[in-house]
Amino acid sequence: MSTTLSKDHSPGGNPLGEHTTRSPLARLQHLLHSQATIGPAVVLLVAVVVFAVLSPRFLTPGNISLILQQVAVIGTLAVGQTIVILTAGIDLSCGAIMVLTSIVMAKVAADTGLPGLPALLLGFLVGTLCGLLNGLLVTRLKLPPFIVTLGTLNVFFALNLWYSQSATIRGTDMPSLLLWTGQTINLGGTRVTYGSIMMVVLVAAMAFALKNTAWGRHVYATGDDLEASRLSGIRTGRVLLSVYATAGLVYALSAWVLIGRIASASPQAGQLDNLDSITAVVIGGTSLFGGRGAIVGSLLGALIVGVFRNGLALAGVDVLWQTMAVGVLIIVAVSLDQWIRKVKP
Amino acid sequence: MTTPVLQARGLVKRYGRVTALDGSDLELLPGEILAVIGDNGAGKSSLIKALSGAVVPDEGEILLDGTPVSFTSPIDARDAGIETVHQSLAVSPSLDIASNLFLGRERRRKGVLGTVFRMLDRNGMREEARRQLDALGIMTIQNPGQAVETLSGGQRQAVAVARAAAFGSRVVIMDEPTAALGVRESRAVLDLVLQVRDRGLPVILISHNMPHVFEVADRIHIQRLGRRKAVVDPKTISMADAVAIMTGAMEPPDQAA
Repeated sequence: MSTTLSKDHSPGGNPLGEHTTRSPLARLQHLLHSQATIGPAVVLLVAVVVFAVLSPRFLTPGNISLILQQVAVIGTLAVGQTIVILTAGIDLSCGAIMVLTSIVMAKVAADTGLPGLPALLLGFLVGTLCGLLNGLLVTRLKLPPFIVTLGTLNVFFALNLWYSQSATIRGTDMPSLLLWTGQTINLGGTRVTYGSIMMVVLVAAMAFALKNTAWGRHVYATGDDLEASRLSGIRTGRVLLSVYATAGLVYALSAWVLIGRIASASPQAGQLDNLDSITAVVIGGTSLFGGRGAIVGSLLGALIVGVFRNGLALAGVDVLWQTMAVGVLIIVAVSLDQWIRKVKP
Repeated sequence: MTTPVLQARGLVKRYGRVTALDGSDLELLPGEILAVIGDNGAGKSSLIKALSGAVVPDEGEILLDGTPVSFTSPIDARDAGIETVHQSLAVSPSLDIASNLFLGRERRRKGVLGTVFRMLDRNGMREEARRQLDALGIMTIQNPGQAVETLSGGQRQAVAVARAAAFGSRVVIMDEPTAALGVRESRAVLDLVLQVRDRGLPVILISHNMPHVFEVADRIHIQRLGRRKAVVDPKTISMADAVAIMTGAMEPPDQAA
């Protein structure tokens, strides 16, 4: 991400002239501190190499396409989750918002014959409003984000069951636009879904906004130190509201990807996707304490989980060990974050 | 008599049953460093918070260049040209120096990149940050792209002071700028305070450190029990007497200020 942030940490260009005698370990700590995405990038690279050696099928275009499809839903969800976590919040309701909006999009179109585009836009509106509700509860009632989203997780999930009457809407009953994210395009021999492409575009757009706009700086500053940001003249309440609402909109995009992926809209889909999105963000090097991390890291985090699951499956490892591997990755990633945060000036 | 740049009249601030400000006055004259001293609980912080917009006083008025103003947020005070260096510094550690200097008032690129894509003028802000740090003689910081958390306490303070000096057009308020610093760093920050005044910006300096106060202040405002007890001249009063007035052990001499 921020390659210009600490150019001068290279030997000789040290601005403070204090750490000329740094140990290799301390230098690694500083590097990871200034470049949060290096860790996950290295892990992903190593994992890809190892699995490619273990299984000749791993690097085939078909398998890469499969991994991208499997990652697309969590990857888009993680974009919303990342901006919430950057503000030192957490969003447990992201999966519920996604499922609710997917049902709204599909059922409105199936029941009333509404065309694809208005149905889609209605879903985006519902997602944004759900996120806005989270934001209002966090900023106006000053409740901890964990509690707010734990509550709204249940509220949104119940609404989803009520509106869908617990019935799945088949893809054949929907306008084709809603299923478009599951269609593929041939990119250099690999068939890639539009949903996967959308994930990458979304990550790029959000990375740009976080890095290059005032809003992005304010998101980081608010998560870093809320009171300091307020005293610096940032309208922190508005920043938080905008973050939760934007996250809601992003979850609605995930809903679109989800419909394409499973070629239907199921009220029972994505039950654990909220936790998987947090996993991707954490493995991607974003700190749960806020103010530190990057959206690209979350994409890498989602890819790492996808690659581990896929690679271990290809190597014939039982699914329970895949789950354990992901668990270990989380612990390692958070321990690494704790260590990195203790960096000395 | 010249019009005070910033004036407070009869400010009252209550927190439940506690009266933090009990009809407090304050006058800041053009081009001076006014030190505000007082015991713990004398209402220094509440006074400063009212002047910087961080709290809204229950009663009383604040005048800027003789015109009544009312601040409901720190942004209002800032827009009026009053910059505050808070004791907690109000810097964001993980952002770089330039981002911190421009926090809350970022500059955008010219043209489509700025208006449509809202892209920040990163290089422009870095250059301006460089200029501001140089203008204040802060040479130890070489790279405005450096993250603030990699700086020492004194350097962070320098960043906060530079931000206030760069954007303050009327008044700079500094709350305990040397409290957490070592001897050498305190020295550098006091020099910064003098430089800000020499640029023509009046400064309100809150401090517990009497030697620092007596070294740089033009006048000393002594706050006691939520009110202004006295305003004294550091050239004519001893440090011991100032402390005695502050703690109530001595009545102030006839009010001349």
